[in-house]
Amino acid sequence: MVLSRRLEMRIVELYRQGVVTGGCYTGIGNEATSVGTALVLEGGDVLVPTHRDMGSHLVRGHTPLEIMRQYLKRATSQTGGRDTGLHLGREGSNIVGMISHLAHMMPVAVGVALAERMQDRRSVVLTTVGDGATSLGDFHESLNFAAVSKAPVVFVIVNNQYAYSTPTTLQFASKKLSDRATGYGMVGHTVDGTDVFEVLCATEEAVARARAGDGPTLLECVTMRMRGHSEHDDFKYVPAELIERWSAWDPVERLSAYLGEQGLLTPGARTQIEQAVAEEIEDAVHTAQAEPLPAPQSAVKDVFRRWDDRATVPDIETYEARRIRHG
Amino acid sequence: MAETTYLEAIRQALFEEMHRDQTVFCLGQDIGHFGGAFKVTRGLLETFGPSRVIDMPIAESAIVGVAIGAALRGLRPVAEMQFADFVTGGFSQLVNNAATFHYRLGVSVPMVVRLPSGGGVGGGPFHSRNPEAWFTHAPGLKVVAPATPRDARRLLKAAIRDPDPVIFLEQKYLYRRLKEDLEQELEDADYADYADGAEGSGFEERGDDAVRASRTRARAEGEEEDSDLLAFGRARVARRGEHVSIVTYANGVGLSLDAAHVLGQEGIQVEVLDLRTLVPWDYEAVLKTVAKTGRLLVVQEATRTTGFASEVCAVVAELGFENLDAPIRRVTAPDTPTPSEQGLEAFVRPNCDRIVEALRWLLAY
Repeated sequence: MVLSRRLEMRIVELYRQGVVTGGCYTGIGNEATSVGTALVLEGGDVLVPTHRDMGSHLVRGHTPLEIMRQYLKRATSQTGGRDTGLHLGREGSNIVGMISHLAHMMPVAVGVALAERMQDRRSVVLTTVGDGATSLGDFHESLNFAAVSKAPVVFVIVNNQYAYSTPTTLQFASKKLSDRATGYGMVGHTVDGTDVFEVLCATEEAVARARAGDGPTLLECVTMRMRGHSEHDDFKYVPAELIERWSAWDPVERLSAYLGEQGLLTPGARTQIEQAVAEEIEDAVHTAQAEPLPAPQSAVKDVFRRWDDRATVPDIETYEARRIRHG
Repeated sequence: MAETTYLEAIRQALFEEMHRDQTVFCLGQDIGHFGGAFKVTRGLLETFGPSRVIDMPIAESAIVGVAIGAALRGLRPVAEMQFADFVTGGFSQLVNNAATFHYRLGVSVPMVVRLPSGGGVGGGPFHSRNPEAWFTHAPGLKVVAPATPRDARRLLKAAIRDPDPVIFLEQKYLYRRLKEDLEQELEDADYADYADGAEGSGFEERGDDAVRASRTRARAEGEEEDSDLLAFGRARVARRGEHVSIVTYANGVGLSLDAAHVLGQEGIQVEVLDLRTLVPWDYEAVLKTVAKTGRLLVVQEATRTTGFASEVCAVVAELGFENLDAPIRRVTAPDTPTPSEQGLEAFVRPNCDRIVEALRWLLAY
């Protein structure tokens, strides 16, 4: 959780310096949910995370260096500079690379779950969306079909109070988003998404249910998005007192305080963690920055897995040159 | 001689591929117990069981999204939209999600979405759509549009084995109207790939080399060689001619052959080129027929503005300009929704008479 927080703060810094370009979305305030849900999964399980799930990516094995390469759009990054932020997930890995249409990943998660079951693998799929995605048709279509087919899926909603600038009061009239589970014939729970232990317990129960073949669960984790939608966003639409209130529930500090009280984390140990994390992040930044940007011509490669380049209609210069060469 | 309908040919391909490969499965609305709205999937459930023939709720985005997820985990889904018109519900999943995985992450998404397309059955605005241009404009999707039972079977088998997402446009007008003996050896002149044909002054590096290269690649990827498959991007000369060329696909092929027959009785030889696939498309074959006749008509059933015919015209204007002896002409539907009443629909659909008229204009130019 510390690594996730510090890595994202460093990315924000690089964004402000103009080094990271495009959107810059963070999961600051969301670490307990992102880390807690991912920790429960086993090796063969599949994660379908969002752009605010830095914690999940780190838990599932993406390194700070891989992440910096992606944010700095290096040729060495997973997407080779073609896609942004946390849209990561290579073939063969157990993370599915998201697209910006968050709700679209929900039926994909159900498809992954069915494919796992059809191939006699007892994997569970955990997919995350924000409160914003719960207004889309894909939310309904996938919850409904997952329940009908008893798909081994855990649907996590990170209710972080805002869909961009739109507060939950303008998004839905349900008291709790997990209430909707009843309508689909599945189990639903709402937990404090800033308390990693609550998240862990609820996820364990949901994953066990899915693995036992008892169907999907809708798990709402209530948190606060502690920064703008993206870093360009001045965030003025959020009342100051709301930020103040949620600051008291900072997930990283809550865990740190708890571990301190239990005598499991001394102030010295916390400092050591911070130092180790800072070093790892700086190494990642320096290494990634030294690596090349993608060759511009690579922009037109790899649209398909199988493609004969001769099937691409050439421009007239290429066509004429080829015609002269071949008579 | 046993003749196979266009519909039966598609069903044969599904049966054969599901028998051959355990990872192939079908999903869609009413495809199991009911056998599909057009009965294309009749008998699949009884043969392969409910885990491989999945009846889905009416939820097109979920159907396409589930197919994507399954394709990501080693399966080869074949999704049916009940009518091509309803693919709009799954459109974003196709153009944003399925189409971008390989480009973004190097992840293969081997899936097929079957779209019963086209008019001529009084289906009206919501059961008659020809949506090919929506998808040819979305990089990352392959688009296939067979005009004959033989091609439908071989192209669907190739689509199922392809490692990329494929939009398979099947013509519901042809389902039961078109029959063919699939066992029969065909005359070269009737079913030649242009690239393999002796005529034309084109690029010799294509043709056999391209076939060989694609087979080598298929072998490298662990696929068995199969003459039953039809490689994408290879147009067929449906009729040879010297005087004027028609480039078309899907329902346009039958209409164009009818028109060619009419003019043939007057001694005018019309060449009809069936594109078969639109992404990729055989622009070289198109340029060759234009080089041969100097006159081009492009026929599509879809509406006019920015249809696939527009792209054919643009490429011929760019790359084949010097070979044209007349302006390029198009016969398409006008820019309207498809009306339902027979007379109204007949008024907007391309037909043999309109094609004959356009050909005469081209020849007189």
